[in-house]
Amino acid sequence: MAVLNAPAVRRRRAMRRVPPVLLLFVLVPVVVEGFWVFWPALQGFYLSLTNWDGVSAPSFVGLGNYAEMLSDDIFGTAALNTVIWIVLFGGISAAGGLGLALLLNRERRGVGFYRAALFTPVVFSLVATSLIWQVIYQPDGVVNKLLAAVGLGSWQHSWLADPQTALYAVLIPALWRQLGYVMVLYLAGLKGIDPALYEAAKLDGATSVQQFRHITWPQLRSVNSVVLSVIIIDSLRSFDVVWSMTKGGPYHSSELLSTYMYATAFQSLRLGYASALAVVIFVLAFGVIVTYLVRAFREDQ
Amino acid sequence: MTTTKPAATVPVVRPAPARRSRRRQARTFGFHLTAGGLAVLWLLPIALVLTTSVRSFSDIASNGLGALPGSFDLGSFGEAWGVGGGGHAMLNSLVVTIPTVLLSLLLAAAAAFALSRYRIPFRRTIILVMLSGNLLPPQILLVPVAKLSELLGIYDTLTALVIVQVGFGLGFYTFVLQGFMRSIPDELQQAAVIDGAGPVQIFWRIILPMTRPALAALGALAFTWTFNDLLWSITVLRTETVMPVTPALLGLQGQYVSNWNVIAAGSVIAAVPTVLVFLRFQKHFISGLAIGAIK
Repeated sequence: MAVLNAPAVRRRRAMRRVPPVLLLFVLVPVVVEGFWVFWPALQGFYLSLTNWDGVSAPSFVGLGNYAEMLSDDIFGTAALNTVIWIVLFGGISAAGGLGLALLLNRERRGVGFYRAALFTPVVFSLVATSLIWQVIYQPDGVVNKLLAAVGLGSWQHSWLADPQTALYAVLIPALWRQLGYVMVLYLAGLKGIDPALYEAAKLDGATSVQQFRHITWPQLRSVNSVVLSVIIIDSLRSFDVVWSMTKGGPYHSSELLSTYMYATAFQSLRLGYASALAVVIFVLAFGVIVTYLVRAFREDQ
Repeated sequence: MTTTKPAATVPVVRPAPARRSRRRQARTFGFHLTAGGLAVLWLLPIALVLTTSVRSFSDIASNGLGALPGSFDLGSFGEAWGVGGGGHAMLNSLVVTIPTVLLSLLLAAAAAFALSRYRIPFRRTIILVMLSGNLLPPQILLVPVAKLSELLGIYDTLTALVIVQVGFGLGFYTFVLQGFMRSIPDELQQAAVIDGAGPVQIFWRIILPMTRPALAALGALAFTWTFNDLLWSITVLRTETVMPVTPALLGLQGQYVSNWNVIAAGSVIAAVPTVLVFLRFQKHFISGLAIGAIK
């Protein structure tokens, strides 16, 4: 092996020659992605400037679809709900995931079981998750039975059918599934922190709160930014859980931009307006995408 | 004191051992109480759906969903699998998922190999552009992709679903794999070059086998993502007989409106393949999810 340790110069030259077959290695995947992702994405932007029923030719309306959103109440509800969703779903899963990771970070007896328990829902599809929780939320289901049992019978509800509670009732299963995932991200981050830092702090007599503030939190900076990106992108994509529990109802009370976009496209067949809604989702995600790419670029060097 | 494993590097200051150990015991108790409580809370919905799936319809109808089970009946599974179409949907799902996982990993690995081991011009830009495709919100693609598959005559076929899934996943897999492949020492490749191996052989015989841990992690992830997908399925498919498990589960819900035992059995069936993959690849699966967090 030692004989083969070529000097750096030769190594570089060896890398520079690009055999022609490798162009195929790159081109095939790039063309597949280009044809099925980038080309449709460009069309999506164009379609957002048209009226289209999917059958006759699309007619160009400029920014008409965007102007229509301003007076579209359902769009307003969906946009507001999406913001609520990002704040609650994102905030709770980030803070809760970090809390769970801190609780279950140290290797001790039983910790593997606890981690596995919290992690299990990640494996299920959101549709299966939704069905599980629909069973729980039914008028004669466990939640209402429990409320009655502890003397809060007056709080009983048909949780998914009431516009006041539908959005939040849908949020809980989404969190049930997401918390374990965020916990895994933070556990991986915590594992990457050098234990010597804690030892030094302990010798200096730092309390656990001080250790968290001055060691853990700063060391988790890069994980925080990953979690933040993942959460915002996930929130904007959230579709399955709402679609399978309420389809955005009742009376659009649990509508998110993603569900409204889907219904507008494939149920109302207003493909132009739906594309404009998709562009709004893209614009909301754009900052996160760019931040993520810049970060990936820097670490790639 | 004897039962708790001492942390390897605890400083050797041990004042008042008795009081300290009692405090530690209280702490340990508190930990198990909190973590155990959370674990139970998390597992409860799963236990509930399992018990619902084995109750009989008449038991649920007369005693209510929230009541303690008073019957044991596995008929709901047969119903969900046969009449409800679960078996057929499972077959569709596997027909989509297995080729999707294999194809996306193969294509992504090929691209990652070329981009990480050779001086392809603009390689960094190519990687990032591919990754950005995966970060796009899928909503912007739905309408054009549906129309594109119609245009190509593959709308409402499982082929369309496979191609779309491969296209959308490629960017992320390529990004992860090239990062992994770059860390493989160059000497191995040079030795192969001296032995007269071509790039295809180097890829297939050396780099790909060495990438196995990353491939296992991504494979397990790709399997669950593809198997659990709903959005792409209901975008490029229409006919009920071609629907994979996830959308079929929604159909089951409409078909068996208040037969909660059948619906519960359906969701249990739908979870089995991903749970199996998870159990088999547990370590890889979790490290796969953590990709990116540590970097």
